[in-house]
Parts: sequence; C-alpha cells; structure tokens
Amino acid sequence: MSADSAIQIESLVKHFPMGGSVVEALKGVNLALGAGEFAGLVGPSGSGKTTLLNIIGGLDSPTQGSVRVLGEDLANKTHKQLADLRKEHIGFIFQTFNLLPVYTVFENVEFPLLLLNRTNGERQKAVDEALERVGLSHKTKARPATLSGGESQRVAIARAIVKQPSIILADEPTANLDAENSHNIMRILVELNEDNSTSFLFSTHDEKVMAYLRRTIHLVDGNITSDEVTTPSAP
Amino acid sequence: MMTQLRLALKNLVGAGARTWLNVAVTSFTFVIIIFMSGLYQGILAYSKRVTVESEVAGGIYWHPLYDPDDPFTLDDSHGAPPQAVLDQIAEGRAMSVLLVTGAAYINGRMIPMQLRGIDPAQQIVAMPTTSLADYDGDAIPVMIGTGMAKLLGAGEGDAITIRWRDAYGTYDAADVEISKVMSVENFKVDFGILWLPLAVLQEMSNMPGEATYVTVRQGEPLLETASPWVLKTVMSLMEDMIALVQAKQSSAAIMYVLLLALSALGIFNSQVLSIFQRRREIGTLMALGMSRQRVVGLFTLEGGIHSVLALILAFIYGAPLLYLTASRGLPLPMDYSDSGFLIGERLFPVYGPWLVAGTTLLVATIVTVVSYLPSRKIAKMEPTAALRGKIA
Repeated sequence: MSADSAIQIESLVKHFPMGGSVVEALKGVNLALGAGEFAGLVGPSGSGKTTLLNIIGGLDSPTQGSVRVLGEDLANKTHKQLADLRKEHIGFIFQTFNLLPVYTVFENVEFPLLLLNRTNGERQKAVDEALERVGLSHKTKARPATLSGGESQRVAIARAIVKQPSIILADEPTANLDAENSHNIMRILVELNEDNSTSFLFSTHDEKVMAYLRRTIHLVDGNITSDEVTTPSAP
Repeated sequence: MMTQLRLALKNLVGAGARTWLNVAVTSFTFVIIIFMSGLYQGILAYSKRVTVESEVAGGIYWHPLYDPDDPFTLDDSHGAPPQAVLDQIAEGRAMSVLLVTGAAYINGRMIPMQLRGIDPAQQIVAMPTTSLADYDGDAIPVMIGTGMAKLLGAGEGDAITIRWRDAYGTYDAADVEISKVMSVENFKVDFGILWLPLAVLQEMSNMPGEATYVTVRQGEPLLETASPWVLKTVMSLMEDMIALVQAKQSSAAIMYVLLLALSALGIFNSQVLSIFQRRREIGTLMALGMSRQRVVGLFTLEGGIHSVLALILAFIYGAPLLYLTASRGLPLPMDYSDSGFLIGERLFPVYGPWLVAGTTLLVATIVTVVSYLPSRKIAKMEPTAALRGKIA
C-alpha cells in the first residue's frame, strides 16, 4: 500500500442473505484510492456500488477481504471506533440529502463539528466558510423543508466538507437533481477536491457525474470490470 | 451531551402536538399523584394533631386490665395509679381519667354510654373542662360533644338521667345537667361519652382516688416505673389510625399506577413511532459519526425530557393549585366521622418535600425507562438498513 493511500481494498467479498438464498454483492474487489483522487464507481443498479461505499465508510462490514481506510484496518474496529473514524475523517453525501429536518441549514452543517466538540468560534467560522463555498450564506436560518433539491444537496455538501475530512463518499449525489443543479453540484465538488486535496469517491450511473471524474471504476455484478484514468469532459 | 440535549429538545419541539399531549398527560399524572398523596398526608397529619391535642397528649398509662376495644374489661379496669404516676399527677404533669359504664335516659330512650371523669382544671388535653368547674347549678354538671348532643337531641342546660354501676356492682341513677356542649374535632372523645368532674364520678362510683388511665402532658417523659400500669406511647396509640390511612393510601396507589401507566404508554408509543419514522435520520446520525450508544442516549434523552417538561408544566399550573388547597383547605360536603377517619370540616392537604421529591423521582424514572426500552432497538440497527429506512 502506498504511503498516501486513502483507501486500500483487497479481495473484498460481501454476501447478503436474501430470503432463503445468499446474494453475492461484491466478488473479490481490489481497489486502491490515493489521497486527493476524484474517482467514481460506475455501474447499473445492483452492481454493488453503494455496498462498496458503505463498507469503505464503516457502515457495513465485509464478508471476506480487507479494507484499510487512511491506514486503519476496518476489520479490527468496534462500532464505536468506526463511528469515530467517520466522525473525524469521512464525509458522506447521500442521494436523498438526509438533512436533519428539525435543524436549520446552519445547524445541519454545524452538526459534525458539534460531534467533534469544536468551540463555538471554530464552528461559526467553519460553517460560514462551508456555506459560502456552496453559495448558501443567505439561507443559514432556513429549514430543510423550505429548500429546493439543489439547495438541499448543497447543504449536504457543506455538511460533508465542514470538518475538512480526508475522504468524501458520495452515493448518487445528483440522482434527485435536474441537469443544471447536477452540474452546479459537481463543479462545487471539483473545486473542493482541487482546493483541499480531499479524496472523493462517487457511486453513480449518471453520465453528468461521469463527465467530471478523473478516474472511472466500472463495477458490474460485484466485480470491477475496468478501472481507468479519465479526462473530465465537463467544462 | 450538550449536542444530544440540543438535538433532543429540537426533535421534541419538532414533534409538536404529540410531545405536548404526552407532556400534558404526564404533568396531570404528576399533579394528581401529589394532590392525592397530599390529601392522605393531610388526613394523617390532621388526625395525629387532633389525637394528640384532644386525647393522648404525651402518652398514656393504662390500668393493667384496661382494653378500650373490649367493653367487658371496663368494669374491672380501675384502680389507684402507681406512686410515681401519682407524683406526676400531683405536679400537674399528668391527669387521671376514670371510665364507668352507664346509660343515659332522655326523651324515653335509653342510650348506653361511658361516663368519664376528668379533672376540670386540667390543661393537658384540649377540652373545655373548666365549664365543669364553672357550673353553678344544683345538678351534677356534665359535658358532651356536639356529636353526642345531636344523638341525644339535647343541648346546654338540658337535664338527663344517667344510670351507672359502682365499684360494688350496684346500680345507681341521678339527674345531671349539660353544662357545656363542646365542639371537638376528635369524635373519639365525643360519641358515646359523658364527661363529668373526676371527683364527682369517683364518689358516684365508689372509686375514690382511682383512674382507668392517666394521660401525660406533651413533652413529659413517660415513666418506666409505672408498672403494672401499661405504658402507651403516642405512636403506639396512633398505630391503628396510621394503619387505616396507609391502607387507604394503598388503595389509592392503584389509581396512581393507572395514571402512570397511561402517561408511560403515551410516551412509549410516541418513542416507538418516533424511532419508526426517523429510521433514516438514525442512519444519518450514525453516518455522521454518532455511535449507536449515543443515538440510543439521544432517543432516551428525548423521552426523558418529557418528564422534565411535564414537571415544568406541572409546576406552572400545579404549584398554585396545590398551594391554594394546602393554605385554604378543601371543604368537605359531609360528615366523615363514621368513616373512622378524623377529618375536620375542611381538609388541608400536606405536600411535604419528600412527597414532591419522591413523586418527581418516580415519574422521571418511569418516563426514562419507557423511553429507553424502545430506544434499545436502535442499538441493534444496522446503519445501512437505517439509511434505507428499514428497522433492521
């Protein structure tokens, strides 16, 4: 494993019980993602993209194989240690935004910093910067229910980046957005990647997202069928 | 902890009517339990005070054969008190009471009763015995309570004929005059009792210098040397009354349990629904780095805050209500003397600090436990399932 590897996966297998049978979601996946990469897991529904992201994020456990995130072997971690890893080093962006409905925009973005016990001043500064970055400084007091889909996803991005994590895992981040919002979101993410050297790993089957990727990993039926460096075609 | 508290408060406020309904029911339960317990405490406190003031004072020495629950002992339960007790009586620190069985004849009726002799100059129990000394008529003065006056259909100045049996078993009779109808709160010194000057009754019954029991002034030490007379402390004399009130309290506890169950069920249901509705949120919290135990803690805290809000609400409307009832008392619509309780015309509930603290602790504990029980399900939740909106 290279010294600056963000993610190192070897022979990853994941089985799910389904009814009386077992579904093989991942069939011996090997993958290494370096620091600062902007990569995407591309494949049809059911190909194992989300499962792979969940395992990398410590939200799910592998059946076999090893997963190392930022040099830490996830197999030896307790639930609490995995939660701490996510809290400190991993940001999530979800297809359905998953904002906390009773919190304002500011409070949603502030939440990861509260978990990290940052001071008031640090939180205020970091949240202001994150919201500035996604262009929502004027919506700090709004509730998620009053936001459009694009705005909601931008809040989710601000929430993911506010603690300046090493890795951001984005599961179909544009699936619920129209074309214009999708491009806006992707441009923000590209900027973040370039400015902060944060590693991004997407799961997507959206061509608009693919146009921004610098590395495209094709996943079909739980196998990586191709892994190629790509040149972003989006402006 | 502050993060969880903030989130819990926001979630509760966000839950709107469901939260406030639970809080209202819990606060109602809280106030009712304190109020009802306060009523019984009030009855007990009142009973104790009245019993001490009008009957038992600082304790009693009983004649060895005296048993107030056995009327057949009365004829033989009289005698001269031990010297040590006589010394207390002589110093005004105790007073003799003599009991003689008898009957009253009035308006063609014969009513069995006790004649009790008491020192008219006594200051040990709260009874207007001086009226016996102040009487300046020719008949034997007697004093009765208002309850007895009602039973006899007689009042002050009325004459009645009484019959009694003296120390030798000889029956005798005399006309007496009611010199005083006393208003007493203790029906046990009222119903079935005719109070006479002690010396007069001793003479009538041929029992000079004798007594059935001796009541000691409050604060006076009770003598261990009074044997063979039986020493009865204040607490032992009130055991039956305390047991009666406690028995009633136990019955009332059924209502407390029902009320508590009602509020606990509401909060339990609310928690179950909340966890079901907020599965995705639970998954998000875990994805953001909250451990399962912290999420369990968050939901338990949310439930627990119900009890805090309930206490605040209960304080807002309950405190003035309870204060009013405690300071002004509650008028009673009927005479409860037949119930065996000593209850005045107004009942003053007593809300002691232990009652309030105990009830607060009880409600808070139950609410927290019923909040925790459904929240345990979260600990078994897989984050990925929660994110997909599934329970497991």
